[in-house]
Amino acid sequence: MTRRERSVDVLVVGAGPAGLGAAAALAASGVRRVEVLEREQTAGGIPRHCHHKGFGSRRTSGGISGPEYARRSAAAATGAGAVLRTGITVTGWAGPRILDTTGPGGLERITARTVVLATGARERPRSARLVPGTRPAGVYTTGELQQAVHLHHQHIGSRAVIVGDEPVADAAAGTLRAAGVEVVARVTDRPPVRPAALEPLHSAPLLTRTAVTALTGRPRLTGVAVRHEDGRTTTLPCDTVVFTGDWIPEHELARRAGLPLDAGTRGPAHDAAYRTGEPGVFAVGNVLHGVESAGTAAAEGRALAVPVLRHLATGDWPADRPAVAVAAPLEWITPNLIGPGDDRPLGDRFILRTGRSLTAPLLVVRQDGVELHRRRLLRPARPGRPFHLPAGWLDRADPHGGTVHVSLD
Amino acid sequence: MTQPVTVTTAGDPLPELPGGAPYDVTVIGAGVVGTAIARALAHHPVRTALVEASDDIGDGTSKANTAILHTGFDAVPGSLEARLVREGQRKLAAYAAGTGIPVERVGALLVAWDAGQLAALPALLAKAEANGYHAARLLDADEVAEREPHLGPGALGALEVPDESVICPWTTPLAFATQAVRAGVHLHLDCRVGRIEPAPDHHTLTTGRGPLRTRYLINAAGLHADEIDRQFGHDHFTVTPRRGQLIVFDKLARDLVRHILLPVPTAAGKGVLVAPTVFGNVLLGPTAEELDDKTATESTQEGIALLREKGRRILPRLLDEEVTAVYAGLRAATGHEDYRIQAHPGLNYIAVGGIRSTGLTASMAIADHVTALLADTGLALGTPVALEPLTMPGLGETGERPCLDAGLIARDPAYGTLVCHCERVTEGEIRDALRSTLPPRSVAGLARRTRAGNGRCQGFSCGAGLRARIEEGSRT
Repeated sequence: MTRRERSVDVLVVGAGPAGLGAAAALAASGVRRVEVLEREQTAGGIPRHCHHKGFGSRRTSGGISGPEYARRSAAAATGAGAVLRTGITVTGWAGPRILDTTGPGGLERITARTVVLATGARERPRSARLVPGTRPAGVYTTGELQQAVHLHHQHIGSRAVIVGDEPVADAAAGTLRAAGVEVVARVTDRPPVRPAALEPLHSAPLLTRTAVTALTGRPRLTGVAVRHEDGRTTTLPCDTVVFTGDWIPEHELARRAGLPLDAGTRGPAHDAAYRTGEPGVFAVGNVLHGVESAGTAAAEGRALAVPVLRHLATGDWPADRPAVAVAAPLEWITPNLIGPGDDRPLGDRFILRTGRSLTAPLLVVRQDGVELHRRRLLRPARPGRPFHLPAGWLDRADPHGGTVHVSLD
Repeated sequence: MTQPVTVTTAGDPLPELPGGAPYDVTVIGAGVVGTAIARALAHHPVRTALVEASDDIGDGTSKANTAILHTGFDAVPGSLEARLVREGQRKLAAYAAGTGIPVERVGALLVAWDAGQLAALPALLAKAEANGYHAARLLDADEVAEREPHLGPGALGALEVPDESVICPWTTPLAFATQAVRAGVHLHLDCRVGRIEPAPDHHTLTTGRGPLRTRYLINAAGLHADEIDRQFGHDHFTVTPRRGQLIVFDKLARDLVRHILLPVPTAAGKGVLVAPTVFGNVLLGPTAEELDDKTATESTQEGIALLREKGRRILPRLLDEEVTAVYAGLRAATGHEDYRIQAHPGLNYIAVGGIRSTGLTASMAIADHVTALLADTGLALGTPVALEPLTMPGLGETGERPCLDAGLIARDPAYGTLVCHCERVTEGEIRDALRSTLPPRSVAGLARRTRAGNGRCQGFSCGAGLRARIEEGSRT
């Protein structure tokens, strides 16, 4: 028995919001053979297990739930004519645009004119965060927690500590409440973003500037040891802990292909047209930047149609492109390559992250010693949340020049 | 003839043997040494029990070590350990090849980072020769750099030990225990041994699941071997747990290292190594901390910081890679250089103590040694018979993984459905583990049998689904 060999025009890896958005737009644009591979049994990506509202909204309305959003995204892609295959895992590359897959129907080798990586992101688990202590039961990421509660209806515990203060921590709190688990504390090593008096009334106490130093208990968690910046320590008694946020792109396939990664995002380096370092391989959604909202990921997917169509028509691919690099406390920027031509990033702006809170930051963009842009942002920037740099200065950047540096002044 | 499979677990009282007879032999401790002994005894027509305090085999020291199949090149020449490691290495390598236990012969380099260490290498080469190991040789700095291009700066030379290998630490005791149980050994889990009343005709063990009577007793209780030994009125040794913390790096780091990178041993111990694993990861560790708490398997900030500092020196780029797991194991150190294996013929008792980090390698030779001692002690073991051959699931990263086997998937599509994406574990493998002779009773037990859940996401994608399967498995 060997692999069945097939070929398609566009092969999308990952049926989350970005992959499905890309497939829908490409199929609707007239690309004939668009195929989406999803390793899970159900398409939709992370929204599958996000049972809160707010998906697909335009801020003003409440939106729909994650599972409903996942269903609609999948229906939109197949409705447009894309082929969606779930339960199919890409196991590796057999060539620059040739992927090997495994599924219950056997092994395949799929050659694509264009590959789109839309493999998403995951939260760093406790081990990757190097939190010492015992290895008890009751330790979750938000992703595992949501699946345990919403997909499998499992018993969680009774008293939980949430680590992290990004928006996903609120989702974790909601899931815990839905499962009847009391949230006893939320912990973040960052400073407070608002006065304690303005914290929502019914939420658990938020311990800021506080690091998790150990987990205790065996076989079940009995406590989370923490240390405040000023040296005070305590142990929070609990039987459940949820490590939230701290996203990392699912970049295994990208790395196995040898795609250059961006040092900040850890996703594939890419330009405004979502082109990676490998001709014919695009990347889109949260594999580029862990993590943006489902809406942003889907919008990126839809925006991919134009550059993919252009590539299918011309085969063109830029060679060397200058990188866009950030300096601390900025953590990353995306897109992080300057492409030739007049491609603009989504919404005509770059997305950034900062490692610490910034009040009205003054952002400066320089290339080869020349200042391209200088602008004070009117809104504060906070860790774990997106803020933006308008892309107007792109016209002044030299696509054959050196690295573009973005820093605070 | 195949015996009925007897594995008993928590809740059930221990079974009565026909005619109310005692067991002929009972082995305390189902770690790699205890399971190997039970398997050796399974060749003989004696009624054997293997009792274990935990709810799984290999759940103590055996599950958390550096997973190296040693040549024994650096053992103390002439010691019992040196002989049993040398013999055990050959036996286990052959057994692994026959049963499908993953082994990778990657070879080891003892890297010298300063003039003192470089000067120590010829003596280590001579020691290897004294241990009957003749394939080791010295490499100069250029050869080391060529062999390990990602090594940190400053390596002056190395001793190459080409036969040092890495092995799966979980499949090994599982294979031993599976074969033993299938051949008629009774395995009693959740069966902690308390008081022991030694007697000339039979000993009576008080266990968490009722009394157990046995004519002969073998103490392979690992960290607790000294406590069992004292119940016979001995004060031969004290087990001082020595904690080893380890960091497992992601599979994407695997290409950074080709050999087991050993430090040159010093008076302070064997030191921190960097090694590939048969699962395709990279291991950094262990620390060596003398403790007095036999349950202190937690990792610490200091331990992790020390490992990262050492690792940065050995393989700087390793530190940029994602960490998949951090764990700690306890070695059963006794303050003596050698194994403490002692038969007490008058007491019908054998102590198997002080089996430290080489225990995995030596396990099969220890088992044969102990079986011979048992015969000397007066138990008629009878003529040994061959055991039914066993094939273990292929967990090795370089082996034939089910998800890449077109023929297997065509016969059973469950091997084409991936459940754990990071480790590429299929529905079929998980089903097989749940239906096996020794089914897992926890997510951790399932991980040791299939790799499921052990990957970089640590359950973000598959954890809830794996738990559901375990719960479903324990209901049926």
